Amino acid sequence: MTNELDIFVGNTTLIDEDVYRLWLDGYSVSDAVARRVRSGILEQTGATAAVLQSDTMDHYRTFHMLERLLHAPPKLLHQLIFQIPPSRQALLIERYYAFDEAFVREVLGKKLSKGTKKDLDDISTKTGITLKSCRRQFDNFKRVFKVVEEMRGSLVDNIQQHFLLSDRLSRDYAAIVFFANNRFETGKKKLQYLSFGDFAFCAELMIQNWTLGAVGEAPTNPDSQVDDMDVDLDKEFLQDLKELKVLVADKDLLDLHKSLVCTALRGKLSVFSEMEANFKNLSRGLVNVAAKLIHNKDVRDLFVDLIEKFVEPCRSDHWPLNDVRLFLNQYSASVHSLDGFRHQTLWDRYMGTLRGCLLRLYHD
Amino acid sequence: MPGKLKVKIVAGRHLPVMDRASDLTDAFVEVKFGNTTFKTDVYLKSLNPQWNSEWFKFEVDDEDLQDEPLQITVLDHDTYSANDAIGKVYIDIDPLLYSEAATVISGWFPIYDTIHGIRGEINVIVKVDLFNDLNRFRQSSCGVKFFCTTSIPKCYRAVIIHGFVEELVVNEDPEYQWIDRIRTPRASNEARQRLISLMSGELQRKIGLKVLEMRGNAVVGYLQCFDLEGESGLVVRAIGTACTLDKLSSPAAFLPACNSPSKEMKEIPFNEDPNPNTHSSGPSTPLKNQTYSFSPSKSYSRQSSSSDTDLSLTPKTGMGSGSAGKEGGPFKALLRQQTQSALEQREFPFFTLTAFPPGFLVHVGGVVSARSVKLLDRIHNPDEPETRDAWWAEIRQEIKSHAKALGCHAVVGYSESTSICEEVCILSASGTAAVLNPRFLQDGTVEGCLEQRLEENLPVGCGFCHIPYDELNMPFPAHLTYCYNCRKQKVPDVLFTTIDLPTDAAVVGKGCLIQARLCRLKKKAQAEANATAISNLLPFMEYEVHTQLMNKLKLKGMNALFGLRIQITVGENMLMGLASATGVYLAALPTPGGIQIAGKTPNDGSYEQHISHMQKKINDTIAKNKELYEINPPEISEEVIGSPIPEPRQRSRLLRSQSESSDEVIELDLSHGKKDAFVLEIDDTDAMEDVHSLLTDVPPPSGFYSCNTEIMPGINNWTSEIQMFTSVRVIRLSSLNLTNQALNKNFNDLCENLLKSLYFKLRSMIPCCLCHVNFTVSLPEDELIQVTVTAVAITFDKNQALQTIKTHVEKSLQRASTDNEELLQFPLELCSDSLPPHPFPPAKEHLESASSNSGIPAAQRAVTVEKASPVAEGNFRNRSAPPCANSTVGVVKMTPLSFIPGAKITKYLGIINMFFIRETTSLREEGGVSGFLHAFIAEVFAMVRAHVAALGGNAVVSYIMKQCVFMENPNKNQAQCLINVSGDAVVFVRESDLEVISTQQPTANCQPLCTGGEVTT
Repeated sequence: MTNELDIFVGNTTLIDEDVYRLWLDGYSVSDAVARRVRSGILEQTGATAAVLQSDTMDHYRTFHMLERLLHAPPKLLHQLIFQIPPSRQALLIERYYAFDEAFVREVLGKKLSKGTKKDLDDISTKTGITLKSCRRQFDNFKRVFKVVEEMRGSLVDNIQQHFLLSDRLSRDYAAIVFFANNRFETGKKKLQYLSFGDFAFCAELMIQNWTLGAVGEAPTNPDSQVDDMDVDLDKEFLQDLKELKVLVADKDLLDLHKSLVCTALRGKLSVFSEMEANFKNLSRGLVNVAAKLIHNKDVRDLFVDLIEKFVEPCRSDHWPLNDVRLFLNQYSASVHSLDGFRHQTLWDRYMGTLRGCLLRLYHD
Repeated sequence: MPGKLKVKIVAGRHLPVMDRASDLTDAFVEVKFGNTTFKTDVYLKSLNPQWNSEWFKFEVDDEDLQDEPLQITVLDHDTYSANDAIGKVYIDIDPLLYSEAATVISGWFPIYDTIHGIRGEINVIVKVDLFNDLNRFRQSSCGVKFFCTTSIPKCYRAVIIHGFVEELVVNEDPEYQWIDRIRTPRASNEARQRLISLMSGELQRKIGLKVLEMRGNAVVGYLQCFDLEGESGLVVRAIGTACTLDKLSSPAAFLPACNSPSKEMKEIPFNEDPNPNTHSSGPSTPLKNQTYSFSPSKSYSRQSSSSDTDLSLTPKTGMGSGSAGKEGGPFKALLRQQTQSALEQREFPFFTLTAFPPGFLVHVGGVVSARSVKLLDRIHNPDEPETRDAWWAEIRQEIKSHAKALGCHAVVGYSESTSICEEVCILSASGTAAVLNPRFLQDGTVEGCLEQRLEENLPVGCGFCHIPYDELNMPFPAHLTYCYNCRKQKVPDVLFTTIDLPTDAAVVGKGCLIQARLCRLKKKAQAEANATAISNLLPFMEYEVHTQLMNKLKLKGMNALFGLRIQITVGENMLMGLASATGVYLAALPTPGGIQIAGKTPNDGSYEQHISHMQKKINDTIAKNKELYEINPPEISEEVIGSPIPEPRQRSRLLRSQSESSDEVIELDLSHGKKDAFVLEIDDTDAMEDVHSLLTDVPPPSGFYSCNTEIMPGINNWTSEIQMFTSVRVIRLSSLNLTNQALNKNFNDLCENLLKSLYFKLRSMIPCCLCHVNFTVSLPEDELIQVTVTAVAITFDKNQALQTIKTHVEKSLQRASTDNEELLQFPLELCSDSLPPHPFPPAKEHLESASSNSGIPAAQRAVTVEKASPVAEGNFRNRSAPPCANSTVGVVKMTPLSFIPGAKITKYLGIINMFFIRETTSLREEGGVSGFLHAFIAEVFAMVRAHVAALGGNAVVSYIMKQCVFMENPNKNQAQCLINVSGDAVVFVRESDLEVISTQQPTANCQPLCTGGEVTT
């Protein structure tokens, strides 16, 4: 006696959160059944393995049918086939678009192309995440990217509107899209200690301050061809950053800057002498990073540069985080007192963001 | 010439990509009614076209309005080749034809294609202007309301219940061999869908005419079925109960006194004692009589012979079953009607109702059923379906004579069904013989004489149990005792019925689903030989099914079955029997005796031991069940009787049969009903099997109850969390040389496993009851058994459920009646301004009510929300809120019950009766048979919901999946499925919202809440 056909259809679509998770994690039906058995559900409910098998199959079938709709979440809201309470719809979407930290760290900043997709095998082996789950996550990144890439307006809002994700997840996706678009290098060994959260934090700051969308509150002239987009860095801004070079190129200016900072911080830093000794190197590093950003390649290496030029030197001298904060604040603020320097606004736009990023990146 | 149908095509969305090159579609719409077709413009290159068409107007007579469906076809325009069909929508415009139902159909309908399933949606508005409403000289019957509900619909009052209406129409099946067809599958499926739609329209119109001629205005308990007879044709038949209903007007709805039909009726005395043979005089308070009549009728071809039913005694019932005229056709019946009175005028005093206004049902005799085996032949002249008519007339006649033999003049809870395999067809009919109060059956209900009757102290919940037949002249052997409730009238020891538990019945403890399952192998044969073989098997099957039911009932410690439905299914090489019923303990009936096992070789020691072991197991099970179902009948009764109870006598006689064994007749003294053990003699392996199977039925896990009736006796505190579902299983029998035993075991396991799966799936709803559990068995192929289950799971409030049952009889009686009152009459309480005791505690967060708990009916809300574009919605969304909080699709509840817990039905919008065919030639790609059927059933639900929402409703009640015919051919990667569903579209308002409204009324805040008067109608 074999079950040739075995289905259960409810007027309200039944969603089992545990099974949904197993499905999202890419387990086959038999693996999922095995895991459910191990969870002790049989003892709790007095069910048999056959019942569990049939139940799991049912859910998997439902999820399979729902997947098409999950690719365009607004469709899930408007479709008539599955009657699902709104709170459950939100859960389905949110979980579907959720991703693993380990996975996103592998893919962050890479081009979301076929080439990368081919590497998913390796990522799967490396991270222990099933290939199926890797594919789903990768396809989600790519799908979101494709939809919002060319879109005007706030990146987070666009994502939220087209994918109905929670605020939190929308911001994460904004970071992923931003990184993918600008191809920031995140995979180098010296960057391994950074978490996705670190990068997402930086991405958000950069989106807020360094992109075209950041310039105006709202597009003042909707017809203008100026791109009001969050995904691309403001080219003009990058171009202008060259002007900052004077801060290190002009020796007088550099000395003045140093003395201002040192005066202000004397007695307040535990690593004062190290700071004093390293000031010029650090300042050169930070300003040169700015000046190079006009080249795409250097944009990609932004994080590598920041680590090499600032984080590592400080870390090797054992700066406490608080000293880093004090230093960066003073370093940024002192520029305002440099009479010969005319790019205060530009400096603030650059340094304001960079300071936030560096503080976030400065940890073990 | 009285109708103008107006249709507007507004927009489409989510259309499929029809042009691969552009990834877009150039869609337009054809709107067809009768022979007239209109087209919209082509909306180029869009998957979300906005046609916003003019109003297409069809001027048609009302006959066509009733028969024809509105057919909307969405196509993709192609300049160079034929336009490609995307899909269709059929809209039944019948609900627009009577004033009290819907006034407009407007909403998003899934665009359905028989090959691809649902492909996007289309927004349509339909209206009808009826020019006049002349009632004479016409073939139409606009204005007659149809209800699937098998009780008087909640917001109506029955003025007169006229009785049975039936009709059938036949035609050739456009596609009787789906696998070898000539035209495209799509064309033939669509031809079939359209034909069936037409035939149902015609059938409904004809039934309506009969109702008008009976001077009724509605059909309640309308049941329409299709017989796919293959080569010999397609039969669409329907039965129902004609009534004159009065709408409880909306102002009145706020007067507690008249908003509930049942309440009002309650005041009508029912003790007119229409049957001289029965002792139904007023003061009797007792319980029930149980009887069961078996009448398998074997007949094939044209000849029918009724087997055991021609019992000599013809009870001298005053309200005898009327003229026994041979099938006379509706018109003759109508003629006769004018000269005869009350029930006598009715050719068939049958009622498809299963629940009745209080006082309507006086006595219940027992189940009557009849079956007949027929050989199908081609229907030569579709316009004169006499053969089929004659077949059914024959069966009904038999039912009538059975009822008569039970001293009853009427049959209630009546239904008909067929099972077809190749050219053999089993026709079945069954019902419950009953004595009815004639007051409801004729004009001019005498309201005046009611008052005096009230003083007579109506019997509480036992009157219907009292035997209607003559005790000295019993139609079959049974133990009679004095009613345990009123002590005045005789009751049987067991009562089987096909109706719902009467609301005022006194019940002890809870009920449970009881099933008898049986398979019998049969040799493959042709034509007459086959029919003969089947006819010969039938009586044995009925007998065994009955025995099983009886055993299981005893094992549960219960004494009555309600909602009994026995289905016999015929296949190529086997017959299947599946009986489902809800067992209860009626306080009026005697306590059932236990089950005694007797071995045939008493001297064998080990055998003895085995027997006693079994006996112990059985006794344990009975004790366990009594505890589980809280059956603690009052013990005090014996003293109260005052008559000495003779020593319980151990019966040694074989009793594998039930009350039919003839030597019982003489022992009709009172003493026996009560403590008699029911003896099972284990004389062969078969019997051993029986005992084993008895014990293998596992009770549902704790927190679960199940029944196949509307409500579960003993549970009254339902929450509003409901989940309707359909589950289908098909098993392939492993080997060809199966034995009956192996078959039985397979079938038993199939059903038990299915139930187990249901319990597991619905575990989040605990404590919960599966209500209206409806099993259907079919045998699609040689080695395949298909079981389809539809039911609704309802959560109830645990705290109250745990209340221990009072053992005191009065208490339990009282409780039973109050419970039921609360259940069935909640509308009453809702409307009063005061805050009534709330039988349905507010539900916690849960599935279906999650988005339907605002005062606005969901469907309406959908419309309003729809207007806001999703984009706008997104922009204004609060960032921290869950983003999908605003769904734009209104929730539509579906339930096989006639009510919605915790809510009041305010309006009936019309009948939903839909027929779909789905076919695939890429079975594997669609996920195999399970994937295919899963998707199809989900689509059917979606289409039902969409139609209800378009009518302005937010629920379907009395929903039933009447047919689910599944055929597969995995080798060819093909499958096909036909599904037929029906139900009543309604508007309901949550009780909690009603309260809000009523409490807010003084503050004038209720205007926005009431939204368009839906609430008040």
